[in-house]
Amino acid sequence: MRAAIAGIGQTEYSKKSGRTELSLAAEAILAALADAGLTPRDVDGVVRYDWDNIDELTLSTHLGFENLRWMSQAGDGGPAGNASILHAMAAVQAGIATTVVCYRALNGRSGHRIGQGEATRQVAGDEAFQIPWGMVAPVTQFGQFARRHMIEYGTTSAQFGAVAVAMRKHAQLNPAAIMQKDLTLEDHQNSRMIADPLRLLDCCIESDGACAVIVTSLDRARDGRAEPVVLIAGAQASGPGGSAAVFRRDLGHSEARHCASDLWSRTEMTPGDVDAVMVYDHFTPFVIMALESYGFCSPGEGGPFVEDGRIELGRELPVNTHGGNLSEAYLQGMSHVIEAVRQIRGTSTAQVADASVVLSCCATAGTASAILLAKAA
Amino acid sequence: MLEGLPSPVRDEDTTAFWEACDRGELVVQQCSACRSFWWPPGPVCPACGSFEHEWTKVAGRASLYSWVVVEVPLAAGLEDQIPYAVGLVELDEGVRIVTTISGCEPASLEAGMRLRVEFGQPATSIFTFLPA
Repeated sequence: MRAAIAGIGQTEYSKKSGRTELSLAAEAILAALADAGLTPRDVDGVVRYDWDNIDELTLSTHLGFENLRWMSQAGDGGPAGNASILHAMAAVQAGIATTVVCYRALNGRSGHRIGQGEATRQVAGDEAFQIPWGMVAPVTQFGQFARRHMIEYGTTSAQFGAVAVAMRKHAQLNPAAIMQKDLTLEDHQNSRMIADPLRLLDCCIESDGACAVIVTSLDRARDGRAEPVVLIAGAQASGPGGSAAVFRRDLGHSEARHCASDLWSRTEMTPGDVDAVMVYDHFTPFVIMALESYGFCSPGEGGPFVEDGRIELGRELPVNTHGGNLSEAYLQGMSHVIEAVRQIRGTSTAQVADASVVLSCCATAGTASAILLAKAA
Repeated sequence: MLEGLPSPVRDEDTTAFWEACDRGELVVQQCSACRSFWWPPGPVCPACGSFEHEWTKVAGRASLYSWVVVEVPLAAGLEDQIPYAVGLVELDEGVRIVTTISGCEPASLEAGMRLRVEFGQPATSIFTFLPA
Protein backbone atom coordinates (compact mmCIF):
# COMPACT_ATOMS: atom_id res chain seq x y z
CA MET A 1 0.00 0.00 0.00
CA ARG A 2 1.40 3.40 -0.89
CA ALA A 3 1.17 6.39 1.40
CA ALA A 4 0.59 9.92 0.18
CA ILE A 5 0.44 13.48 1.37
CA ALA A 6 -3.22 14.46 1.13
CA GLY A 7 -3.09 17.97 2.53
CA ILE A 8 -0.82 20.83 3.56
CA GLY A 9 -1.41 23.93 5.64
CA GLN A 10 0.55 26.81 7.12
CA THR A 11 0.11 30.04 9.03
CA GLU A 12 1.63 33.37 8.20
CA TYR A 13 5.36 33.38 8.90
CA SER A 14 6.60 36.37 10.88
CA LYS A 15 9.02 37.64 13.49
CA LYS A 16 6.25 38.10 16.02
CA SER A 17 3.09 36.10 15.69
CA GLY A 18 1.39 37.60 18.72
CA ARG A 19 -0.26 34.22 19.22
CA THR A 20 0.35 31.09 21.22
CA GLU A 21 2.03 28.12 19.64
CA LEU A 22 -1.20 26.17 20.19
CA SER A 23 -3.11 28.72 18.15
CA LEU A 24 -0.51 28.50 15.37
CA ALA A 25 -0.56 24.69 15.40
CA ALA A 26 -4.34 24.63 15.34
CA GLU A 27 -4.56 26.95 12.34
CA ALA A 28 -1.97 25.02 10.33
CA ILE A 29 -3.46 21.61 11.12
CA LEU A 30 -7.04 22.65 10.41
CA ALA A 31 -5.91 24.23 7.15
CA ALA A 32 -4.10 21.02 6.17
CA LEU A 33 -7.16 18.93 6.97
CA ALA A 34 -9.38 21.27 4.95
CA ASP A 35 -6.89 21.10 2.07
CA ALA A 36 -7.22 17.32 2.19
CA GLY A 37 -11.02 17.47 2.37
CA LEU A 38 -10.87 15.86 5.84
CA THR A 39 -11.91 16.84 9.37
CA PRO A 40 -10.42 16.44 12.87
CA ARG A 41 -12.75 13.49 13.37
CA ASP A 42 -10.82 11.65 10.65
CA VAL A 43 -7.47 12.01 12.41
CA ASP A 44 -6.16 8.86 14.04
CA GLY A 45 -2.43 9.55 14.17
CA VAL A 46 -0.17 12.35 15.30
CA VAL A 47 3.61 12.69 14.92
CA ARG A 48 5.45 15.47 16.67
CA TYR A 49 8.98 16.81 16.81
CA ASP A 50 10.80 16.11 20.06
CA TRP A 51 11.30 19.86 20.34
CA ASP A 52 7.69 20.91 19.74
CA ASN A 53 5.93 22.44 22.74
CA ILE A 54 2.48 21.31 21.56
CA ASP A 55 1.79 17.66 22.29
CA GLU A 56 -0.73 15.31 20.75
CA LEU A 57 -3.17 15.26 23.65
CA THR A 58 -3.30 19.05 23.71
CA LEU A 59 -4.20 18.90 20.04
CA SER A 60 -6.84 16.27 20.77
CA THR A 61 -8.45 18.49 23.35
CA HIS A 62 -8.44 21.68 21.35
CA LEU A 63 -8.99 20.34 17.83
CA GLY A 64 -11.41 17.56 18.63
CA PHE A 65 -9.47 14.44 17.71
CA GLU A 66 -11.52 11.49 18.91
CA ASN A 67 -9.57 8.34 18.31
CA LEU A 68 -5.79 8.51 18.16
CA ARG A 69 -4.24 5.15 17.32
CA TRP A 70 -0.69 6.28 16.55
CA MET A 71 1.39 8.78 18.45
CA SER A 72 5.10 9.12 17.95
CA GLN A 73 7.95 11.58 18.21
CA ALA A 74 10.20 11.88 15.22
CA GLY A 75 13.44 13.04 16.79
CA ASP A 76 15.14 16.30 17.58
CA GLY A 77 15.90 19.30 15.45
CA GLY A 78 15.48 19.71 11.74
CA PRO A 79 15.58 16.06 10.68
CA ALA A 80 12.28 15.59 12.48
CA GLY A 81 10.48 17.20 9.53
CA ASN A 82 11.06 14.49 6.95
CA ALA A 83 11.25 11.95 9.73
CA SER A 84 7.71 12.84 10.84
CA ILE A 85 6.51 11.98 7.36
CA LEU A 86 8.44 8.70 7.54
CA HIS A 87 6.71 7.83 10.81
CA ALA A 88 3.33 8.66 9.29
CA MET A 89 4.11 6.52 6.23
CA ALA A 90 5.00 3.63 8.52
CA ALA A 91 1.78 4.01 10.50
CA VAL A 92 -0.38 4.10 7.39
CA GLN A 93 1.45 1.31 5.59
CA ALA A 94 1.27 -0.89 8.69
CA GLY A 95 -2.47 -0.36 8.78
CA ILE A 96 -2.32 1.14 12.26
CA ALA A 97 -3.61 4.58 11.33
CA THR A 98 -5.37 6.06 8.30
CA THR A 99 -4.99 9.82 8.71
CA VAL A 100 -1.83 11.12 10.34
CA VAL A 101 -1.09 14.72 11.26
CA CYS A 102 2.52 15.94 11.10
CA TYR A 103 3.27 19.49 12.19
CA ARG A 104 5.67 22.03 13.59
CA ALA A 105 4.61 25.12 15.50
CA LEU A 106 6.97 27.57 17.14
CA ASN A 107 7.39 31.16 18.18
CA GLY A 108 11.02 30.78 17.24
CA ARG A 109 11.69 34.50 16.98
CA SER A 110 9.44 36.14 19.54
CA GLY A 111 9.80 33.28 22.00
CA HIS A 112 12.63 30.89 22.76
CA ARG A 113 15.33 31.42 20.13
CA ILE A 114 17.10 28.20 19.24
CA GLY A 115 20.12 30.00 17.83
CA GLN A 116 21.16 31.71 21.01
CA GLY A 117 23.04 30.51 24.03
CA GLU A 118 20.93 29.50 26.98
CA ALA A 119 20.86 31.73 30.03
CA THR A 120 21.31 28.93 32.54
CA ARG A 121 23.69 28.70 35.45
CA GLN A 122 24.51 25.02 35.14
CA VAL A 123 24.78 22.57 32.31
CA ALA A 124 24.52 18.79 32.46
CA GLY A 125 25.04 15.87 30.11
CA ASP A 126 27.21 16.01 27.04
CA GLU A 127 26.75 19.78 26.81
CA ALA A 128 28.81 20.07 30.03
CA PHE A 129 31.76 19.23 27.79
CA GLN A 130 30.94 21.97 25.27
CA ILE A 131 29.27 25.02 26.79
CA PRO A 132 31.81 25.88 29.52
CA TRP A 133 34.41 26.30 26.76
CA GLY A 134 32.27 28.73 24.82
CA MET A 135 30.56 26.31 22.45
CA VAL A 136 27.37 28.00 23.52
CA ALA A 137 25.13 28.12 20.45
CA PRO A 138 24.43 25.99 17.37
CA VAL A 139 26.55 28.23 15.12
CA THR A 140 29.63 27.32 17.19
CA GLN A 141 28.92 23.60 16.72
CA PHE A 142 27.96 23.62 13.06
CA GLY A 143 30.85 25.92 12.25
CA GLN A 144 33.21 23.09 13.18
CA PHE A 145 31.79 21.07 10.27
CA ALA A 146 32.08 24.00 7.89
CA ARG A 147 35.72 24.47 8.85
CA ARG A 148 36.51 20.79 8.21
CA HIS A 149 34.87 20.94 4.80
CA MET A 150 37.04 23.93 3.95
CA ILE A 151 40.15 22.15 5.25
CA GLU A 152 39.47 18.86 3.47
CA TYR A 153 38.13 20.17 0.17
CA GLY A 154 39.05 23.84 -0.16
CA THR A 155 35.41 24.89 0.03
CA THR A 156 35.16 28.66 0.31
CA SER A 157 33.03 31.24 2.06
CA ALA A 158 31.97 32.51 -1.36
CA GLN A 159 30.55 29.08 -2.12
CA PHE A 160 28.56 29.25 1.12
CA GLY A 161 27.40 32.63 -0.17
CA ALA A 162 26.17 31.13 -3.45
CA VAL A 163 23.69 29.14 -1.37
CA ALA A 164 22.49 32.24 0.46
CA VAL A 165 22.07 34.13 -2.82
CA ALA A 166 19.99 31.33 -4.37
CA MET A 167 17.74 31.06 -1.31
CA ARG A 168 17.02 34.78 -1.38
CA LYS A 169 16.20 34.77 -5.10
CA HIS A 170 13.62 32.07 -4.49
CA ALA A 171 12.25 33.85 -1.44
CA GLN A 172 11.70 36.98 -3.49
CA LEU A 173 9.24 35.00 -5.63
CA ASN A 174 7.42 33.79 -2.49
CA PRO A 175 5.05 36.28 -0.82
CA ALA A 176 5.09 34.19 2.37
CA ALA A 177 8.84 34.56 2.75
CA ILE A 178 10.08 36.87 5.48
CA MET A 179 13.29 37.98 3.76
CA GLN A 180 12.56 39.95 0.60
CA LYS A 181 15.51 42.30 0.13
CA ASP A 182 18.07 41.70 -2.62
CA LEU A 183 21.08 39.69 -1.49
CA THR A 184 24.24 39.64 -3.58
CA LEU A 185 27.37 37.61 -3.06
CA GLU A 186 29.08 40.85 -2.04
CA ASP A 187 26.42 41.39 0.62
CA HIS A 188 27.11 37.91 1.93
CA GLN A 189 30.84 38.47 2.06
CA ASN A 190 30.33 41.78 3.84
CA SER A 191 27.92 40.38 6.38
CA ARG A 192 29.00 40.24 9.98
CA MET A 193 31.20 37.31 11.02
CA ILE A 194 29.47 35.40 13.80
CA ALA A 195 31.67 32.33 14.40
CA ASP A 196 34.34 32.29 11.72
CA PRO A 197 33.89 30.78 9.12
CA LEU A 198 30.13 31.39 9.50
CA ARG A 199 28.75 34.84 8.77
CA LEU A 200 25.34 36.25 9.62
CA LEU A 201 24.05 35.41 6.15
CA ASP A 202 25.23 31.82 6.51
CA CYS A 203 22.76 31.33 9.35
CA CYS A 204 19.04 30.72 9.01
CA ILE A 205 16.58 33.26 10.30
CA GLU A 206 14.36 32.63 13.30
CA SER A 207 10.59 32.80 12.84
CA ASP A 208 7.17 32.42 14.33
CA GLY A 209 4.69 30.19 12.55
CA ALA A 210 3.36 26.71 11.99
CA CYS A 211 2.87 24.25 9.18
CA ALA A 212 1.21 20.88 8.93
CA VAL A 213 0.94 17.92 6.61
CA ILE A 214 -1.70 15.15 6.44
CA VAL A 215 -0.54 11.68 5.45
CA THR A 216 -3.00 9.01 4.33
CA SER A 217 -2.99 6.04 2.00
CA LEU A 218 -2.73 6.94 -1.68
CA ASP A 219 -6.23 5.56 -2.31
CA ARG A 220 -7.68 7.76 0.40
CA ALA A 221 -5.76 10.77 -0.89
CA ARG A 222 -7.11 10.19 -4.40
CA ASP A 223 -10.60 10.56 -2.94
CA GLY A 224 -9.61 13.80 -1.27
CA ARG A 225 -9.81 17.40 -2.30
CA ALA A 226 -6.23 18.15 -3.40
CA GLU A 227 -3.92 16.40 -5.85
CA PRO A 228 -2.30 13.54 -3.91
CA VAL A 229 1.47 13.44 -3.69
CA VAL A 230 2.90 9.92 -3.49
CA LEU A 231 5.47 9.13 -0.82
CA ILE A 232 7.87 6.90 -2.74
CA ALA A 233 10.39 6.32 0.07
CA GLY A 234 11.57 7.72 3.36
CA ALA A 235 14.51 7.34 5.72
CA GLN A 236 15.69 8.53 9.10
CA ALA A 237 19.17 7.69 10.28
CA SER A 238 22.12 8.32 12.51
CA GLY A 239 25.18 6.40 11.45
CA PRO A 240 27.78 4.29 13.22
CA GLY A 241 30.43 6.06 15.24
CA GLY A 242 28.11 9.02 15.20
CA SER A 243 27.20 10.49 18.50
CA ALA A 244 25.45 13.80 18.36
CA ALA A 245 26.97 16.96 17.02
CA VAL A 246 30.65 17.68 17.43
CA PHE A 247 31.59 14.41 19.09
CA ARG A 248 31.20 12.52 15.83
CA ARG A 249 34.38 11.13 14.33
CA ASP A 250 34.07 12.77 10.94
CA LEU A 251 33.02 16.39 10.76
CA GLY A 252 33.92 16.79 7.10
CA HIS A 253 30.65 15.22 6.06
CA SER A 254 27.17 15.71 7.33
CA GLU A 255 25.45 12.85 9.10
CA ALA A 256 23.54 11.79 6.02
CA ARG A 257 25.44 9.14 4.17
CA HIS A 258 23.64 6.33 5.97
CA CYS A 259 20.30 8.03 5.52
CA ALA A 260 20.98 8.57 1.84
CA SER A 261 21.97 4.98 1.21
CA ASP A 262 18.86 3.79 3.05
CA LEU A 263 16.63 6.12 1.06
CA TRP A 264 18.00 5.21 -2.34
CA SER A 265 17.90 1.49 -1.46
CA ARG A 266 14.13 1.79 -1.00
CA THR A 267 13.34 2.95 -4.52
CA GLU A 268 14.32 2.28 -8.12
CA MET A 269 14.72 6.02 -8.60
CA THR A 270 18.09 7.72 -8.44
CA PRO A 271 19.33 11.27 -7.84
CA GLY A 272 19.22 11.76 -11.60
CA ASP A 273 15.42 11.46 -11.52
CA VAL A 274 15.01 14.35 -9.09
CA ASP A 275 13.61 17.58 -10.53
CA ALA A 276 14.03 19.77 -7.45
CA VAL A 277 15.40 19.25 -3.98
CA MET A 278 14.45 20.80 -0.67
CA VAL A 279 17.54 20.76 1.49
CA TYR A 280 17.54 21.60 5.17
CA ASP A 281 19.42 24.89 5.30
CA HIS A 282 20.05 25.85 8.91
CA PHE A 283 23.53 26.87 7.76
CA THR A 284 24.70 27.31 4.18
CA PRO A 285 27.55 24.75 4.31
CA PHE A 286 25.07 22.00 5.14
CA VAL A 287 23.33 22.49 1.81
CA ILE A 288 26.67 21.81 0.15
CA MET A 289 27.26 18.74 2.33
CA ALA A 290 23.72 17.40 1.81
CA LEU A 291 24.00 17.64 -1.97
CA GLU A 292 27.15 15.51 -1.67
CA SER A 293 25.64 13.02 0.77
CA TYR A 294 22.46 12.48 -1.23
CA GLY A 295 24.40 11.82 -4.41
CA PHE A 296 23.92 14.95 -6.51
CA CYS A 297 27.68 15.44 -6.67
CA SER A 298 30.76 13.73 -5.25
CA PRO A 299 32.14 14.44 -1.76
CA GLY A 300 34.13 17.63 -1.93
CA GLU A 301 32.47 18.76 -5.17
CA GLY A 302 29.58 20.48 -3.40
CA GLY A 303 31.26 23.88 -3.27
CA PRO A 304 31.79 24.17 -7.04
CA PHE A 305 28.37 22.54 -7.59
CA VAL A 306 26.45 25.40 -5.98
CA GLU A 307 28.37 28.14 -7.77
CA ASP A 308 27.17 30.08 -10.80
CA GLY A 309 23.50 29.69 -9.99
CA ARG A 310 23.33 25.97 -10.63
CA ILE A 311 20.84 25.53 -7.74
CA GLU A 312 18.57 28.38 -8.82
CA LEU A 313 15.20 28.14 -10.54
CA GLY A 314 15.60 27.39 -14.22
CA ARG A 315 18.98 25.76 -13.78
CA GLU A 316 20.22 22.19 -13.35
CA LEU A 317 18.96 21.44 -9.81
CA PRO A 318 16.73 24.02 -8.12
CA VAL A 319 17.15 23.93 -4.35
CA ASN A 320 14.67 25.30 -1.82
CA THR A 321 12.33 26.99 -4.23
CA HIS A 322 10.51 28.57 -1.25
CA GLY A 323 13.60 30.30 0.05
CA GLY A 324 14.33 27.80 2.80
CA ASN A 325 15.25 28.35 6.40
CA LEU A 326 17.64 31.00 5.23
CA SER A 327 15.10 33.31 3.61
CA GLU A 328 11.50 32.05 3.84
CA ALA A 329 11.10 31.06 7.48
CA TYR A 330 12.60 28.66 10.00
CA LEU A 331 10.04 25.96 10.58
CA GLN A 332 12.75 23.35 11.12
CA GLY A 333 12.10 21.33 8.02
CA MET A 334 8.34 21.00 7.84
CA SER A 335 8.15 23.95 5.44
CA HIS A 336 10.53 22.07 3.16
CA VAL A 337 8.07 19.16 3.03
CA ILE A 338 5.28 21.59 2.14
CA GLU A 339 7.29 23.15 -0.66
CA ALA A 340 8.13 19.70 -2.03
CA VAL A 341 4.40 18.98 -2.14
CA ARG A 342 3.73 22.26 -3.94
CA GLN A 343 6.36 21.46 -6.57
CA ILE A 344 4.69 18.13 -7.32
CA ARG A 345 1.25 19.74 -7.41
CA GLY A 346 2.51 22.52 -9.68
CA THR A 347 1.57 25.25 -7.22
CA SER A 348 4.97 26.55 -6.09
CA THR A 349 5.75 30.24 -6.29
CA ALA A 350 8.98 29.22 -8.04
CA GLN A 351 7.65 26.30 -10.04
CA VAL A 352 10.04 23.92 -11.73
CA ALA A 353 8.56 22.99 -15.10
CA ASP A 354 7.05 19.48 -15.10
CA ALA A 355 8.36 18.64 -11.64
CA SER A 356 7.34 15.06 -10.99
CA VAL A 357 9.98 13.81 -8.53
CA VAL A 358 11.16 15.89 -5.57
CA LEU A 359 13.48 15.00 -2.71
CA SER A 360 13.19 16.65 0.68
CA CYS A 361 16.37 15.89 2.58
CA CYS A 362 18.08 16.89 5.73
CA ALA A 363 21.63 16.42 6.90
CA THR A 364 22.76 17.91 10.16
CA ALA A 365 25.23 17.10 12.85
CA GLY A 366 23.99 13.91 14.43
CA THR A 367 20.96 12.76 12.46
CA ALA A 368 19.48 12.91 9.00
CA SER A 369 16.20 12.28 7.24
CA ALA A 370 14.79 12.28 3.74
CA ILE A 371 11.60 11.64 1.83
CA LEU A 372 11.11 11.18 -1.90
CA LEU A 373 7.85 12.47 -3.36
CA ALA A 374 6.33 11.99 -6.80
CA LYS A 375 3.27 12.61 -8.90
CA ALA A 376 0.65 9.90 -8.65
CA ALA A 377 0.37 7.90 -11.82
CA MET B 1 39.84 30.64 30.11
CA LEU B 2 36.34 31.94 29.56
CA GLU B 3 34.52 33.21 32.60
CA GLY B 4 30.89 33.52 33.49
CA LEU B 5 29.58 30.61 31.45
CA PRO B 6 27.30 27.96 32.91
CA SER B 7 29.17 25.60 35.17
CA PRO B 8 29.01 21.85 34.66
CA VAL B 9 26.86 19.61 36.80
CA ARG B 10 28.96 16.99 38.55
CA ASP B 11 27.19 13.65 38.68
CA GLU B 12 28.16 10.04 39.40
CA ASP B 13 29.37 9.56 35.84
CA THR B 14 31.49 12.71 35.59
CA THR B 15 32.63 13.85 39.04
CA ALA B 16 36.00 12.13 38.69
CA PHE B 17 36.73 14.13 35.57
CA TRP B 18 35.93 17.49 37.16
CA GLU B 19 37.83 16.64 40.35
CA ALA B 20 40.87 15.82 38.22
CA CYS B 21 40.50 19.21 36.55
CA ASP B 22 40.47 20.80 40.02
CA ARG B 23 43.88 19.17 40.54
CA GLY B 24 45.10 20.39 37.15
CA GLU B 25 44.98 16.97 35.54
CA LEU B 26 43.37 15.95 32.27
CA VAL B 27 41.93 12.46 32.54
CA VAL B 28 39.98 10.36 30.06
CA GLN B 29 38.03 7.18 30.75
CA GLN B 30 39.73 3.99 29.61
CA CYS B 31 37.84 0.72 29.47
CA SER B 32 39.16 -1.98 31.79
CA ALA B 33 38.01 -4.70 29.41
CA CYS B 34 39.01 -3.52 25.94
CA ARG B 35 41.39 -0.61 26.78
CA SER B 36 39.50 1.84 24.56
CA PHE B 37 39.35 5.50 25.48
CA TRP B 38 36.04 7.24 25.05
CA TRP B 39 34.63 10.76 25.06
CA PRO B 40 32.39 12.38 26.19
CA PRO B 41 32.44 10.84 29.69
CA GLY B 42 29.75 8.32 30.42
CA PRO B 43 28.96 5.20 32.43
CA VAL B 44 29.66 2.49 29.85
CA CYS B 45 32.25 1.72 27.20
CA PRO B 46 30.68 2.44 23.80
CA ALA B 47 33.00 -0.10 22.15
CA CYS B 48 32.33 -3.18 24.30
CA GLY B 49 29.61 -2.38 26.86
CA SER B 50 31.77 -2.81 29.96
CA PHE B 51 30.92 -0.74 33.03
CA GLU B 52 34.49 -1.09 34.37
CA HIS B 53 36.94 1.68 33.60
CA GLU B 54 39.78 3.80 34.91
CA TRP B 55 40.30 7.53 34.57
CA THR B 56 43.66 7.61 32.82
CA LYS B 57 45.79 10.73 33.04
CA VAL B 58 46.61 11.73 29.47
CA ALA B 59 49.67 13.53 28.20
CA GLY B 60 47.80 16.73 27.45
CA ARG B 61 49.12 16.92 23.90
CA ALA B 62 46.87 17.25 20.89
CA SER B 63 46.50 18.30 17.30
CA LEU B 64 43.99 20.90 16.19
CA TYR B 65 41.09 19.27 14.29
CA SER B 66 38.61 22.10 13.79
CA TRP B 67 37.59 25.43 15.29
CA VAL B 68 35.50 28.55 14.98
CA VAL B 69 36.40 32.06 16.09
CA VAL B 70 33.47 33.61 17.92
CA GLU B 71 33.25 37.31 17.14
CA VAL B 72 29.89 38.25 18.61
CA PRO B 73 28.67 37.61 22.18
CA LEU B 74 26.45 34.57 21.75
CA ALA B 75 25.69 34.31 25.46
CA ALA B 76 25.44 36.75 28.32
CA GLY B 77 28.79 37.52 29.91
CA LEU B 78 30.84 37.08 26.74
CA GLU B 79 30.78 40.73 25.68
CA ASP B 80 34.31 41.41 26.96
CA GLN B 81 35.74 38.02 26.06
CA ILE B 82 35.31 37.97 22.29
CA PRO B 83 36.94 37.11 20.00
CA TYR B 84 37.83 33.63 21.17
CA ALA B 85 38.54 30.37 19.42
CA VAL B 86 36.64 27.24 20.42
CA GLY B 87 37.17 23.96 18.66
CA LEU B 88 38.03 20.32 18.72
CA VAL B 89 41.47 18.99 19.44
CA GLU B 90 42.51 15.39 18.96
CA LEU B 91 44.43 14.13 21.95
CA ASP B 92 47.39 11.90 21.19
CA GLU B 93 45.43 9.13 22.94
CA GLY B 94 42.88 9.31 20.11
CA VAL B 95 39.82 11.05 21.55
CA ARG B 96 38.70 14.46 20.40
CA ILE B 97 37.56 17.03 22.96
CA VAL B 98 36.06 20.51 22.90
CA THR B 99 38.28 23.30 24.22
CA THR B 100 39.17 26.92 23.75
CA ILE B 101 42.40 27.50 21.90
CA SER B 102 44.44 30.37 23.31
CA GLY B 103 47.88 31.87 23.25
CA CYS B 104 47.97 32.90 19.62
CA GLU B 105 46.08 35.03 17.14
CA PRO B 106 42.97 33.17 15.97
CA ALA B 107 43.95 33.95 12.39
CA SER B 108 47.13 31.93 12.87
CA LEU B 109 45.33 28.69 13.71
CA GLU B 110 45.99 25.88 11.28
CA ALA B 111 44.57 22.39 11.04
CA GLY B 112 46.94 19.88 12.59
CA MET B 113 48.91 22.34 14.68
CA ARG B 114 50.33 20.90 17.88
CA LEU B 115 48.83 22.03 21.15
CA ARG B 116 49.25 21.44 24.88
CA VAL B 117 46.77 21.72 27.74
CA GLU B 118 46.98 24.41 30.37
CA PHE B 119 44.72 24.56 33.40
CA GLY B 120 43.24 27.66 34.99
CA GLN B 121 42.68 28.36 38.61
CA PRO B 122 41.26 25.42 40.54
CA ALA B 123 38.03 27.26 41.12
CA THR B 124 37.20 27.36 37.44
CA SER B 125 38.15 23.72 36.79
CA ILE B 126 38.55 24.65 33.17
CA PHE B 127 41.47 24.30 30.79
CA THR B 128 42.57 25.70 27.46
CA PHE B 129 44.98 24.48 24.82
CA LEU B 130 47.94 26.54 23.67
CA PRO B 131 50.40 26.12 20.83
CA ALA B 132 52.85 23.44 21.97
